[in-house]
Amino acid sequence: MKVFGIRLPGMSSLLIWGLLWEIFGRSGLSFFVPPLSDVIATLFEVIGTPAFQKALYETGYAFVAGVFFAVSIGIPTGILMGKNRLLDELLLPWVNIFLSAPLTALVPVLMVLFGFGMKSIIITTTLFAIWIIILNARAGVMQINRSLVEMAHSFGATPWAAFTKVYFWAALPEILGGVRIGIIRAVKGVIIGQLLISIVGFGALFELYSNNFLMSHFWAVLLVLFAMAFTISEVLAYLERRVSYYAAKR
Amino acid sequence: MLQTDNPVQDLPAGHGHSVASSNSSANAVSVRNVSKNYGTVEALKDLSLEFPKGQLTSLLGPSGCGKTTLLKIIAGLLEPTSGEIEVDGRSVDGPGPDRAFVFQDFALLPWASVLRNVSFGLELRGVAKSEREDIAAKYIADVGLAGFEKSYPHELSGGMRQRVGLARALSVDSDVLLMDEPFSAVDEQTRRKFQEDLLSLVANENKTFIFVTHSIEEAVYVSDQIAILLPRPSRVSDIIRPSGLREKDSRSIRRDPEYLDIVDEIWESLRSYVE
Repeated sequence: MKVFGIRLPGMSSLLIWGLLWEIFGRSGLSFFVPPLSDVIATLFEVIGTPAFQKALYETGYAFVAGVFFAVSIGIPTGILMGKNRLLDELLLPWVNIFLSAPLTALVPVLMVLFGFGMKSIIITTTLFAIWIIILNARAGVMQINRSLVEMAHSFGATPWAAFTKVYFWAALPEILGGVRIGIIRAVKGVIIGQLLISIVGFGALFELYSNNFLMSHFWAVLLVLFAMAFTISEVLAYLERRVSYYAAKR
Repeated sequence: MLQTDNPVQDLPAGHGHSVASSNSSANAVSVRNVSKNYGTVEALKDLSLEFPKGQLTSLLGPSGCGKTTLLKIIAGLLEPTSGEIEVDGRSVDGPGPDRAFVFQDFALLPWASVLRNVSFGLELRGVAKSEREDIAAKYIADVGLAGFEKSYPHELSGGMRQRVGLARALSVDSDVLLMDEPFSAVDEQTRRKFQEDLLSLVANENKTFIFVTHSIEEAVYVSDQIAILLPRPSRVSDIIRPSGLREKDSRSIRRDPEYLDIVDEIWESLRSYVE
């Protein structure tokens, strides 16, 4: 974007919002919003503490495991649904229900089924991420250029070869789009899991800080979380753009 | 019938059989009483057609006449409702290594280089990497794309992309080449060059070509035999065999009286079907 003929670097708007935050914080209007500079100072203070690093590890572990299952189950399921009418008819209603269902309400059920530990948190994370990944992989496969499918068939591709050498790659731009949104939802999932199931990881930190009115600590952890989710999402968006021509029609 | 089979047929040297020959060994592909219904719509009705070995047969007709449907049935990509397809005397009911397809929209893998695209047919057949890339490199050079092996389809022009599609079909060395309006997505000049190249391909490769087109001029220019299909439901209304065009120089065919006459006659027979 250009303002008064000067080319602004990407994400310049964040500076404006940061400035507004700082001004609002310094005005002392709300106890819950300390100035951004305080939050950042706290951030560097907190980041080296064992409590923070333990929380980062616990959250990171549950997040990575949850996303791993969501991706490795979701992508093949979506591709199969896009290719198999019967499977699609069977599963699509469930995928749509779970996509829009308030998954938070399901968490107590998961606790009964899978206990109060890491397992339930990982499953919660997976459940938040997987549905949109399935739907996008399915959509990607369904709009593969018809003649690519015929090409694979006419040159004698086995179903497995067609799946791994053609369908997956042709659907890759959509698949990556689904993974990107899925990962953003997984961030939500892992924190909700850690708040509701067992108070560990970042969930525990949020709980601790907000109960003790340590607002700059609270915001600092939130900033870290936001930065991580944003980075992953931008990396995937970049990859998505790099492979967008895979879906070319001719 | 506007022009029935010529009794005296000038075929390329070495083809001593007469046109009317029903000798099945002279036909690379036979279509026997094929019907295709989509629900209650009859796309093809009791269609029979012979494709002589080593020759180029065009399927020509107005849009909606089912010529692409017929080609895809021959390719094994579509199942006929009834009837059968014989390739080299054997009945077939699916795609096979005896036939290779050239697609109207090229059907290249956008994520793969020219080399991998051309060798993809061989890759699917399990040919070892170094062997299939040697074969592919030869055909890439044959179609005039030497030096573009590492390029990707989106870096090529439409004409060059179709050369990649052609090289892929040639590299699997099938007896029958099925071409679905292969030149319709390229510009006019490239198209003319393609048509000339196709003539030398038919002369030099001992393959049978089945060529779908909606261009009368193109069909007359490149064909040994033109099957005219009429729509709703599709049937073969006529088979035309230009007799003297094969011996002509590829650049003088378009001025040949026989060429012009056949183009005119075909148009007369088709014009009432074009709305």
